Amino acid sequence: MTTLSPGRDLPPAVPAAGKHPRQERGSWLVYVPLVIGLILLVGPFLWMLLGSFKTTGELREVPPTWWPENFTLANYEDLFSRLNFLGYFFNSTVVALAVTAGNVVFCSMLGYALTKLSFPGKRVLFAVVLGTLMVPGIVTFMPLFVLVANLGLVNTHAGLILPFLAGAFGVFLMRQFIGGIPDELLDAARVDGAGEHYIFWRIVMPLCGPAIATLTILTFLASWNSFLWPLVVATSDRMYTLPVAIALFATGQQETNVALLMAGSVVVILPVLIVFIVLQRHFTQGIAMTGFK
Amino acid sequence: MAGPILVAFVTSFTDLRVTDIRNPLNVDFLGLDNYIAVLGDQRFQKAAVNTTVFVIVGVPLTMALGLAAAVGVNQGVVKARTLFRVGFYLPVVTSIVAIAVVWRLLLGTEVGLINGTLSLFGVDGPGWLSDERYALWSIIAMAAWRNLGFLMVIFLAGLQTIPRDLYEAAEVDGASKWQRFRGITLPLMRPTLLFGAVITGIGYVQFFEEVYVMTQGGPLNSTLSLAFYAYSQFSFGNYAYTAAAAFILFVAIAALTFFQFRAFRED
Repeated sequence: MTTLSPGRDLPPAVPAAGKHPRQERGSWLVYVPLVIGLILLVGPFLWMLLGSFKTTGELREVPPTWWPENFTLANYEDLFSRLNFLGYFFNSTVVALAVTAGNVVFCSMLGYALTKLSFPGKRVLFAVVLGTLMVPGIVTFMPLFVLVANLGLVNTHAGLILPFLAGAFGVFLMRQFIGGIPDELLDAARVDGAGEHYIFWRIVMPLCGPAIATLTILTFLASWNSFLWPLVVATSDRMYTLPVAIALFATGQQETNVALLMAGSVVVILPVLIVFIVLQRHFTQGIAMTGFK
Repeated sequence: MAGPILVAFVTSFTDLRVTDIRNPLNVDFLGLDNYIAVLGDQRFQKAAVNTTVFVIVGVPLTMALGLAAAVGVNQGVVKARTLFRVGFYLPVVTSIVAIAVVWRLLLGTEVGLINGTLSLFGVDGPGWLSDERYALWSIIAMAAWRNLGFLMVIFLAGLQTIPRDLYEAAEVDGASKWQRFRGITLPLMRPTLLFGAVITGIGYVQFFEEVYVMTQGGPLNSTLSLAFYAYSQFSFGNYAYTAAAAFILFVAIAALTFFQFRAFRED
């Protein structure tokens, strides 16, 4: 398969400044708006992070301050001792890890079957997978809720996890990637007497590293940030995930406690932020992989 | 996932309510009654108008900002490319709920950083989210802010596939920068632009979290979206209305995507 990799530092499309004086002269005209844009995009995050160490009193001051006058950790103490943020953090982590593991295994299996095996109804099945890729969560959440309710799984971890163990997007991604593995390789293994199980786990999966990395990152992210489904299924404080908890606090009992809301947002964002900065190359590669096949 | 879609479709013709949840097959068929009721609901009509404005203004705005950022980084930035890419992409990976919480505080009349800063210059900032004349535009601005980095990365990849010699040849022929952009960049970026428009459009038609966290559809329904309408019918227990509203939304997405494919078609 052909993929573009904007994650790698390709040479700039415009040649070096030495050859084109026009380019050199214009470069600060390009930098200035970009830097302003960067400040506008990163500024709110900085304000949130600094705000999480302020008191609500200081946050209400006019003119607003940037650096905390009285640095305090009280907001974080509140979140983790008075409120149940440790529990929400646990729920978010368990759900995201389980959903990610499920997607890596099941989407790879289905992707393998859809491109390397032949069975009746294969084309129809792939068409169904592609079709569901387009259907928004707002259409499916209500029937899913009725189903989950009848299985007695409302307000359980299983109810949060099960419906998302295999997603159409992951199947599509893995099918595209596995399709690029030469058939000769798999046929050679078959001639040597390897079963499908062995071929899938020992030959196909080890070759899927980049696709699995992409799928892992994107699935974990989507699950960690998901809102509508946990909002519907987690009906008590015990099962809230982080986004549900922060949204309910912001629109309900903690609405005026702005410093606490700032700290809560930091707790939601920070883990993703760290993963993103460490793995940022994979993120942009992943986008290219999914967008340009 | 195909099962729930069929169930949702069938349900939209029944009188399913929260009280039927244990026995969802024991419902009556109403034909098109739910669709007639939903389409006649003034709140639904308001939500449809708001969603249309959100998409028609939001998608081109986000595309333009994303394309400008991509062209800028592609042309001028040799050093610190990664810094720009990471910085611009930051809002895309973070939880929309957390972002909406922070933006609500940012735009607030009481605590807001924006109005607080404006007051330094003696300007009395409006109620960005509490005044029905500004609330929807504020949410559109936030959506553009959040999503432009995604489009920047997509467009950057597209820009790098354009052969360099095309620009050089055009330059030799005396084409200005703008002419090169119009004549080379835009036409060759067509597939990438289409992809960006489709993905952004599908997301924007369903905008929900922003409304839930920032305004709950208010003030005076000025930010009510179709997705929020469908969800609110669900929380009232009107499951059949939810299904009907969601299917109208689904048709809207399909229609928008079809329209975009037509608009970007190679002539």
